[in-house]
Amino acid sequence: MTATASQAIGRPNGPKPSLRRGSSRGSILADRAATAVLWGTGVFVLLLLGSIIVHFALAAWGVVSPSFVLSDPSDSVLGGVLPVLWNSIYMLALTMLIAVPIGILGGIYMAEYAGDNALTSAIRFAEEAISSVPSIVVGLFGLILFVDEFHWGFTALGGALALTLFNLPLMTRLSEQALRAVPQEERTASLALGATKWQTIRHIIVPLAIPGLITGVILTAGRVFGEAAVLLFTSGIGTPPHYDFSNLDLTNPASPWSPFRPATTLSVYIYKLQSEGLGIYRNQIIDGAAAILISMVLIFNLGARFLGRVLTRRLTAA
Amino acid sequence: MLNGTRRLGSLAIAAMIFAAACSSAGSSPTPPANCVTGSITAAGSTALQPLVDAAAKQYVKVCTGATVTVNGGGSGTGLSQVAGGSVQIGDSDVTPAGKLSTPDANKLVDHIVARQGWIVVTNKDVTGVTNLTTQQNIDIWTGKTKNWKDVGGPDKLIVLIFRPASSGTRSTFKKLVLGNATEATGGQTLTEDSNGAVTTAITKTSGAVSVIGFAYYNDPANKPNLNGLQLDGVDATVANMASATYKLAADGHMYTNGQPTGLTAAFLAYMMSPDVQGTLIPSLSYAPVVK
Amino acid sequence: MAQISTTNRAAGLRATPSLAERIDLPQRVVFAAAASMIFIVVLLLAFIAWQGVQLFVKDGVPIGQILSPTWQPDSTSPDRNFGLLPFIAGTVFVTAIALVISTPLSVGLALFLSEVAPHWARAIVQPALEIFVGIPSVVWGWLGITILVPFLSSTFHDDLVLSLPIVGDVFRVPGFLTGFSWLAGSLILSIMILPTITSVSFDAFRAVPQELRTGSLALGTTRWQTIRHLLIPSALTGVLTAVVLGMTRAAGEALAVQMVIGNSPSLPAAITQPVTTLTSQITLDMGNTVFGEPWQDALWTMSLVLLIISITSVVLVRLLNKRRMAS
Repeated sequence: MTATASQAIGRPNGPKPSLRRGSSRGSILADRAATAVLWGTGVFVLLLLGSIIVHFALAAWGVVSPSFVLSDPSDSVLGGVLPVLWNSIYMLALTMLIAVPIGILGGIYMAEYAGDNALTSAIRFAEEAISSVPSIVVGLFGLILFVDEFHWGFTALGGALALTLFNLPLMTRLSEQALRAVPQEERTASLALGATKWQTIRHIIVPLAIPGLITGVILTAGRVFGEAAVLLFTSGIGTPPHYDFSNLDLTNPASPWSPFRPATTLSVYIYKLQSEGLGIYRNQIIDGAAAILISMVLIFNLGARFLGRVLTRRLTAA
Repeated sequence: MLNGTRRLGSLAIAAMIFAAACSSAGSSPTPPANCVTGSITAAGSTALQPLVDAAAKQYVKVCTGATVTVNGGGSGTGLSQVAGGSVQIGDSDVTPAGKLSTPDANKLVDHIVARQGWIVVTNKDVTGVTNLTTQQNIDIWTGKTKNWKDVGGPDKLIVLIFRPASSGTRSTFKKLVLGNATEATGGQTLTEDSNGAVTTAITKTSGAVSVIGFAYYNDPANKPNLNGLQLDGVDATVANMASATYKLAADGHMYTNGQPTGLTAAFLAYMMSPDVQGTLIPSLSYAPVVK
Repeated sequence: MAQISTTNRAAGLRATPSLAERIDLPQRVVFAAAASMIFIVVLLLAFIAWQGVQLFVKDGVPIGQILSPTWQPDSTSPDRNFGLLPFIAGTVFVTAIALVISTPLSVGLALFLSEVAPHWARAIVQPALEIFVGIPSVVWGWLGITILVPFLSSTFHDDLVLSLPIVGDVFRVPGFLTGFSWLAGSLILSIMILPTITSVSFDAFRAVPQELRTGSLALGTTRWQTIRHLLIPSALTGVLTAVVLGMTRAAGEALAVQMVIGNSPSLPAAITQPVTTLTSQITLDMGNTVFGEPWQDALWTMSLVLLIISITSVVLVRLLNKRRMAS
C-alpha cells in the first residue's frame, strides 16, 4: 500500500493536497470553486425563504391582529378573515376525515398484503398518475362530477371529496412508508407467538408506526390547507356571510357546520381579492391573509417534524 | 267602541312614532315587504357581485332566518348553474342566447335589476388624454394606433389590457364601442381575468389602457391612480348612464329557472324595492331600473 | 427491547382468528382502500376524456384544427377557429425556461446537501425546502404580481442589445413593456419546482454507494472531480426523473402562472412578452363559458391535453426507473 492510499483511507475529503500526485493545481482550484458554488446554492435558498418570510411579516405587521382573525370581511374598514379561515380549517378537517382512514388502510395493504404482481403495479401506477395530474384538472373533474352531475352546486363536501382524490396517493404512500419502517422482527416475533396476521397489524405494527403515520397526516394536511385551484371549481368563490356558530343543524346550508354549503377558503379568498377585490384595504387584507397562510404552513411543517421526533422517542423507548 | 278622543290620541301617538322612525334616517333599512325563511344561492357575474352581495347582506340583516349566499364564478357559471338547478339565481351580464342550448335558455326567466356602466381608463402617466371618440377607440383596440402621441398624449406605446374574450364586459365593449371589429393580439396586449386584476395591471404598466366597471373606477383605492376618460365627450357618470347619453352600459340580469318562488321571489322583489333601487344601487355606482 | 414489548402485547391476544379474519374481511377492506386509487384514476381519465372529445364529436371540429395558431372561439366571429397552438406552445415555453433556470440550481442544491453540507447546515436547509413546498401557489402568484412584475418592468425596460462594430445587432431582446411576461412566469415556476427537483435528485445522489466515492478519493481525485465524473453519471437517471417530475409540476401549475404571465393568446415573439399557457386560459375562460357550448368544450380539450402530458411523464419516469434498475 502506497503512502497516499494509506493516508486516503480514513480521510473523508481525500489525501492532503501536498500528497496528491494525480491532482493538478487546476483541479484543486476547480474543487474549491465548486464547493463555493454549492455552498452558494444553500445560502441562496435560505436567503430567499428568509426574505419571503420577512416580507410577509413586515407587510402583515399592522394588519394581522386578533380582531383581524376573528372579524368578518368588509370593504369599508380593514375587514377580517374569520369566515374564510373557518372554512379553511373546516375543509381541512372534512378532507382528513375522509382521506386519512382510506389512506392508512391503503397503506396497510401496500405494506403488508400486497404481492409482487400486476395488480400492485397497477395501484402504484395509479398513485403516481393521480399525483401528477394538475390540480386544476382535478378541480374541473370535481366540477363535472359533484357540482354539475350530482347537482350539488358549490359545496364544502364536493371540495373535500375532490381534495381527498387529489391527496389520497400522498397519504397512502406516507402510511406505507411509516408501516414499512417498523422492523421486521416485530412481525416475526408476533407471528411466532401465535397471533394472526391481522392481529399483528392491528395491535403491534400500527401502534409502532404511529409516529410516522402522524407525520404523514400532518404533511398531507399542510398540502391540503393551502390548496386553491381544486377548490375554485368545487367549493365556490364568494365572500361568506356572517356565520352563526350556534346553528348546529348539519343539513341547513346556513350553518357553518354543514358540508352542504359553498365554502370559500383562505387561499381562494386571496385569489378572489386579487382578481375582483374592492376597497383601499384590499392589498393589506391579502398580505394579512397570506401571512396567516404561511404561518399555518410553518406550523404544520415544523410541528410535524417536532411531533414525529418526540413521538418516536417516547414510543420506541418503551 | 273607541270614543273620539282616545282614537285621536292613539292616532297622534302613531303619528309621533312614525315621525320618529322617519327622522332616524340611515339607521337601518325599513324591513322589506316580505321576509321568507330559507336558504338560496346566487352565482355568476363578478360585475354584479358587489351589488348582489351588498343587497344580500342587507336583506339577511333584517330577515333573520333567511340565508342568501352569493358566489362569483363568472356569467357563464351563473347561467350554467341556474339552468342545471344547482343554484337558484344566476347573475349574468349577458343573455343566454347563443350560450345555452335553446331549450335551456327558454326555461330561464330574466329579471333585470340594474344598469351597469364601464369606463375606459389609462395609467396616470398618459397625460393630456381625457377623451376618446368611438373611432379613436376602434383604432386603438384593433391595434391600428400604437402610440399615445397619435391621440394627443405623450410618446408612449399603447399597452392594451383586455378582459378574457369570454367575459361579458369584453363582449359588451366590443359590441357597443368597437362595432364588433377584430381586436388586436400580440406583444402589446395583456389579458387579466377580472376587474381587480385589470386595475392592478393598469397601475403597474406604463401606457396601459383598459375598460373597468364604474364601481372599480369610483373605488377610493383606485381612483387616484387611474385616468378615467370620456367617451365621445360624455363623462362616465351614473347620471349619464341612466339618461342613456353615455353608451357603454348594459343591463344586469338575474335569471331564475322558471318563475321564482319562496325566498328567491322575495329576494328578487327586494332587489326591485326602493331600498335597493333608490339607495344601494347609486351608492355602488350602478343605475337603477325602477325610478 | 422491541421483542419484550411485542411479547407483552401479543400475550393478550388469542391465538385463533376471529370471524372477521376467517372471512378475510380485513384484507378485503384494506385492498379496497388501496384499489380505490385505480378506480379514481379510471374515473378521472374517463370523465376528462369524454368531455375533452366533445369538441370533435359533438361540435364537429376537425382534430387538426387544434394545432393551428389562431384562437378565435367567439361564435359571432366569421373566422371561428379553435387553434390551441398558442396555449400548448405557451406551456412548453414557460416550462422549458423554468427548467433551464431551476435545474442547475436544484441539482447544485442537492449536491450541496448530499456531498458538501455539514450536518448542521443540512438540518437548516432541509426544513427550509419543506417549507418552500408548503407555500401555496396563490401566495407565489401574489409575490409575483407585487414584487417580481414591477421589478422586471422598471429594471429591464430597455432592449437588451448585443451589437458588434461591423455586423451590427447580433442579439436583441425587446425590453419589458410590462412585467407580465413569459420570463416572469418561468421565474416563479422555477422557484416552485425547485424543492421537487432537489429532493428527488438528493435521493438519487444518496443512493449511489459510498464505496464509489471512497474508491475514487483513494485514487487521489478531488471531491469535485468525483462528483463530476462519477457521481453525476451514476445518478443521471435519478436526476432525469427529478427533472421530469419538475416539468410535470410546472406544466400543471395554474394560479401562480396565470397571475404573472400576461395571458396574451398568441405566440410570443420574445421572452419579455406576454404568453398564455393551457392552465391559465382554462382559469380565465371557464367561469365565463357555459357548460355545453363549443367554447367550453375547447377548454375541456385543453384539460385533456394537460392530462395526457401528465400521464406521459409518469410513463417516462417509470421507463427511466426501469433503466436505472437494469443498469
